[in-house]
Amino acid sequence: MFKKLAVSMVAAFALATGAFAAGEAKNVPNVNFSFDGPFGSFDQNQLQRGLQIYTEICAACHGLQYVPIRTLEDESGPGMPADQVRAYAEFYEVFDPAIDDFRPAIPNDHFPGSNLENAPDLSLMAKARAGFHGPYGLGVNQLFNGMGGAEYITALLTGYTGEEKEEAGAVLYENKWFPGGWIAMAPPLYGDDTEFADGAATDLQSLSEDVSAFLMWTAEPKMMARKQAGFVGVIFLTILSVLLYLTNKRLWAPVKARYKKK
Amino acid sequence: MAGIPHDHYEPKAAWEKGLAKRLPIVGLMYDTLMIPTPKNLNWMWIWGIVLTFCLALQIITGIVLAMHYTPHVDQAFASIEHIMRNVNGGAMLRYLHMNGASLFFVAVYAHIFRGLYYGSYKAPREITWIIGMLIYLLMMGTAFMGYVLPWGQMSFWGATVITGLFGAIPFIGEALQSWLLGGPAVDNSTLNRFFSLHYLLPFVIAGLVIVHIWAFHTTGNNNPTGVEVRRTSKEEAEKDTLPFWPYFVIKDLFALAIILVVFFAIVGFMPNYLGHPDNYIEANPLATPAHIVPEWYFLPFYAILRAFTPDVWIVQFATFISGGIIQADFFGVLAMFGAIAVMALAPWLDTSSVRSGRYRPMFKWWFGLLVVDFFVLMWVGARPAEEPYNTIALLASTYWFVYFLVILPLLGVIEKPNAQPATIEEDFAANVGKGDSGTAAPSAQPAE
Repeated sequence: MFKKLAVSMVAAFALATGAFAAGEAKNVPNVNFSFDGPFGSFDQNQLQRGLQIYTEICAACHGLQYVPIRTLEDESGPGMPADQVRAYAEFYEVFDPAIDDFRPAIPNDHFPGSNLENAPDLSLMAKARAGFHGPYGLGVNQLFNGMGGAEYITALLTGYTGEEKEEAGAVLYENKWFPGGWIAMAPPLYGDDTEFADGAATDLQSLSEDVSAFLMWTAEPKMMARKQAGFVGVIFLTILSVLLYLTNKRLWAPVKARYKKK
Repeated sequence: MAGIPHDHYEPKAAWEKGLAKRLPIVGLMYDTLMIPTPKNLNWMWIWGIVLTFCLALQIITGIVLAMHYTPHVDQAFASIEHIMRNVNGGAMLRYLHMNGASLFFVAVYAHIFRGLYYGSYKAPREITWIIGMLIYLLMMGTAFMGYVLPWGQMSFWGATVITGLFGAIPFIGEALQSWLLGGPAVDNSTLNRFFSLHYLLPFVIAGLVIVHIWAFHTTGNNNPTGVEVRRTSKEEAEKDTLPFWPYFVIKDLFALAIILVVFFAIVGFMPNYLGHPDNYIEANPLATPAHIVPEWYFLPFYAILRAFTPDVWIVQFATFISGGIIQADFFGVLAMFGAIAVMALAPWLDTSSVRSGRYRPMFKWWFGLLVVDFFVLMWVGARPAEEPYNTIALLASTYWFVYFLVILPLLGVIEKPNAQPATIEEDFAANVGKGDSGTAAPSAQPAE
């Protein structure tokens, strides 16, 4: 295991430095997510669809160990009714040290962690990757488009070329957006992998965007509250700035008047 | 307070007299707040208040964060997520603290470059300058250790690389490194001591800030002309100065409010912009990130550290002269600390009798180049270690040293300074006469 890890790290390192030598990491295609920008907010329906895709497909291997199941009720998140969340939680088995046995999960439990050792936990994935870079290390693209974590996930899910190769006993799949170009994860989505009660589109791009939006929420569940606080802060401080500007002007006026040219 | 003559606190009521006789705290506060301040201070003199605010912000948010944080390698990363998800207002607190560090460094760099341009480091303010440099060093140590606490990939690998620098010191390096880390590698004992020190050092900084303020309250503020306040009599001093309260408090608060608008926009709308995505991956000693980058505020000095590779002739020369004791990595460490040391020595390296850069026609250009150099170093510090970045880093690092070690001493001899105003009042009157709306728009402002 460790040897494999080391080999793949070295390979990834070599390829990554190669990419840097070529200039910059590539920018992934931008996606217009509902939560982009200072005014954006999560689309509840999209988050619920994303949860469905996560549950039916991603959860087979990946986990969300930092996300409490009860947060699915959050108004600023998926906003699911409490009884639905309770029913959803029972779908998972968690280990309870108090009874020294597994039991069905309750909303207060967290989602389980990953089932596979090399499948990373997805709780923070949308913040742990950047989709946009540069140019030339100046950070301009990230300033205008955001970090691009959710866009990166969408790009990765839609970026399989169909090529496969076998390396050290493991099958690797070619992906345009994975650093190094070869990823151990088989293409998880093909389009029409599931059906939505709300009749939303199920093509590959739509599914990828839905699950990316959901993972952005798991990574940053307080995003709405944060933007709200940002607005309150900016508005109040702007008012305070104006008041202080006027105070300052009046305060200094008599001092300056003494030196004003007649 | 010694220095500029001004009114002192007179206790009037009986209880005031009684208190003053036992504990002259009101008088101390009065003298501190009412200190005569040069009228002509420009907008580069507001950073002190911003820095004080940052220190308070970091201590207050930090104390609350510490209540919810667990300094253990198995729980640190999860406890940050606990703060982000379950603690009331926790996400906001953490983002304020995280970006507060960046605001702190923006302010300290502006503050330092203001001092370098207007000659605030020159006699009699050398001690203020030296204490300021100590504060800056402590800030870097505190920020570095704070970055380790979330126990993400960059935390771990940044700590590994930076503590590895101490390992490069000849003879004692390895022993010193394991003493610092509490073991052979970055591990739980490292995290524990970093947490302890990250909590302690801000209070040391707070103490030094008091000494810093005490020192410049004794000498009086510098000002954009570098001309001293007339202090033969109170009447004369009052022509050059105004009390700190309310004139400069309100002015500084106005500037602070504007800066905080930007700060809140960053915290609210793009709190992770200045961070590195890898730090949202839990630390893994078995997986090295492709590209280890420190936080932006370390980049200029990180660039100097990396600039001196084994193929640079001066490094080879040092290795040869020292009989192989000074290798390239140790040379880099010396260069990095040297870069800060030469800045701290500026009061003795600058030979010019004129304090303010405003009246030094040649100095202005070299100083402007130093500011550009600083940003180039910051940029190149985040680039991969390969051409053309290596050459750029080496040139930029060289200029940093040349500025302090060659240009500053030389300029004082060869430069012919322009005429300075006789008094601060004259400068203030000239600026007001121009009909500007600012307090005292500077004719030349550093590019910061």
